[in-house]
Amino acid sequence: MIQRKVVYVLWRREMIKYFRVRSRIVGAIAMPAFLLVFQGMGFRRVEFPGLPGSIGYFQYLVPGIIGMTLLFTAAYAGMSVIMDKQFGFLKEVMVTPASRVSIVLGMICGSATTSILQALVILLMSVLLGFRLPLISAVLSSIVIMVFISMIFINMGLILSSRLKDFHGFSTIINFIAFPLFLLSGALFPVSNLPAPIRVLSYLDPLTYGVDALRGILIGYCEFSIVQDVFILSILSVLMVCASGYFFKRAEMF
Amino acid sequence: MNAIRIAGLTKKFGDFIAVEDVSFSVESGELFGLLCPNGAGKSTIINMLTTLLIPTAGDAHITGYDLRKNPDGIRNNIGIIFQDPSLDIGLTGRENLDFHAMMYNISSNERKIRVKEVLDIVGMADKADILVENYSGGMKRRLEIARGLIHYPKVLFLDEPTLGLDAQTRRTIWDHIRDLNRNYGTSVILTTHYMEEADYLCDRIAIIDHGKIIALDTPSGPKNCLRGDLVSLTIEGNIDHIADALRGKEWVRDIVQNGKMLDVIISDYERNIPDIFQTAGNLDIGISSISLSKPSLEDVFIHLTGSTIREQEGSRKTDKHDRMRRRMLR
Repeated sequence: MIQRKVVYVLWRREMIKYFRVRSRIVGAIAMPAFLLVFQGMGFRRVEFPGLPGSIGYFQYLVPGIIGMTLLFTAAYAGMSVIMDKQFGFLKEVMVTPASRVSIVLGMICGSATTSILQALVILLMSVLLGFRLPLISAVLSSIVIMVFISMIFINMGLILSSRLKDFHGFSTIINFIAFPLFLLSGALFPVSNLPAPIRVLSYLDPLTYGVDALRGILIGYCEFSIVQDVFILSILSVLMVCASGYFFKRAEMF
Repeated sequence: MNAIRIAGLTKKFGDFIAVEDVSFSVESGELFGLLCPNGAGKSTIINMLTTLLIPTAGDAHITGYDLRKNPDGIRNNIGIIFQDPSLDIGLTGRENLDFHAMMYNISSNERKIRVKEVLDIVGMADKADILVENYSGGMKRRLEIARGLIHYPKVLFLDEPTLGLDAQTRRTIWDHIRDLNRNYGTSVILTTHYMEEADYLCDRIAIIDHGKIIALDTPSGPKNCLRGDLVSLTIEGNIDHIADALRGKEWVRDIVQNGKMLDVIISDYERNIPDIFQTAGNLDIGISSISLSKPSLEDVFIHLTGSTIREQEGSRKTDKHDRMRRRMLR
């Protein structure tokens, strides 16, 4: 059922369009970069309760911002589906013999690649700003975590896009979902500092485990354990892929 | 073999019946037109035949494949040019074609040959490496036609192919469609609400309104269903007298008086126009001008559906106009 050529075409199309539209790259990186610079530099000397003294705030923040980059670019993947719907391209794809599974998979691969590329740019940027250079093996294993994180949120965006038709509705809803996910995830501060009722929400947030795993790998500090994080992330990824496959099969494409 | 065979095709959206019991066949190599006003169910029919929508009832076979049992067989053998543009404007023309061909699992070498071939057919070879967002409407349309051809479809669906294009571009596209049909034997299903387009291109047409086929014939066929000719006369003298006199003739179907103008619908004009002059002469009434017109497909449409092409619906003036025309055609 999976046609590799179809997956490859849709992936390549995403790559071509990504590198062709420079403003998109700059726009997507600007927000996390600002946070990294101003939040990271401004709170540099702050000692957070709940953090071991050996870890400065900037070291703590970088994996969080990487998580944020992944969350926002991945969630916005649904936006290109909405665009393809509006410009009729999706309908065009649907009348070809390409299987629905391959189409969804191609979209996921394309968006995952761009999200991870962006996350790596942020990582590189933070090394220039003074982040302790991680081992190459750590970078490689963090990419595995990045794949999980982008899978979860790409599919969240895709599910939403299968139900919606217009840009404005989509971006409003995505912001409404993505910002709380970001703030609850412990990207900016330790989750343990939140009051207990809100902390419960943090534990329901997939990004919490993603950011925690990235921290464990990149700076050797995490609140849970990497094994536990990876376990939760992998289960959620699989569930989300299945869910978006289901929604896309039933979706009205035009 | 029939390119398309449809039997009892029906689609309901809740209580609303968009397409009701539509049956027709299209011969291999035929250029078939679906003529219908907007909202008559045309797009629903096309969407069902191109496997985008599942019919509520009825069957369809396209190039021998069953719509319900083997949609992939159909997808491999059809091409479609949608009513709305469906190109990726962020890619070049060539990329659009190449990516489309990859969807059909065509090998890399073969793709190069075919991309060149279809670009030549629509005369776009020199524009292939420009981003589609910089194309004009006509160029986009031609590229879409090229894209629809790249996998050598046996049946090509064209949904309003010339909507919103200028007369010259429209003519070019008509010629492409005709060449395709003649040179490659591609069966073409074309939807349109331009009478002249259906008239110019199609071997046969079906007229659809409110989800039903109301006429299925050759372009000259539905015209014959009016079986009358419209004679417009300018009268010098007492117009009431000649109108009364003509009303008595059995070959006169209808008469509309309009100032000095008299519109008469008659049958068999070759024999009966001299009679009109005869009658006028006997009453000592002069005829200063005469014009004769064959009813157009538009008139046929009005005759069959009781309305003109429906875009004009709602305007009072056209309503009045319609009523007048309908009366004329009775």
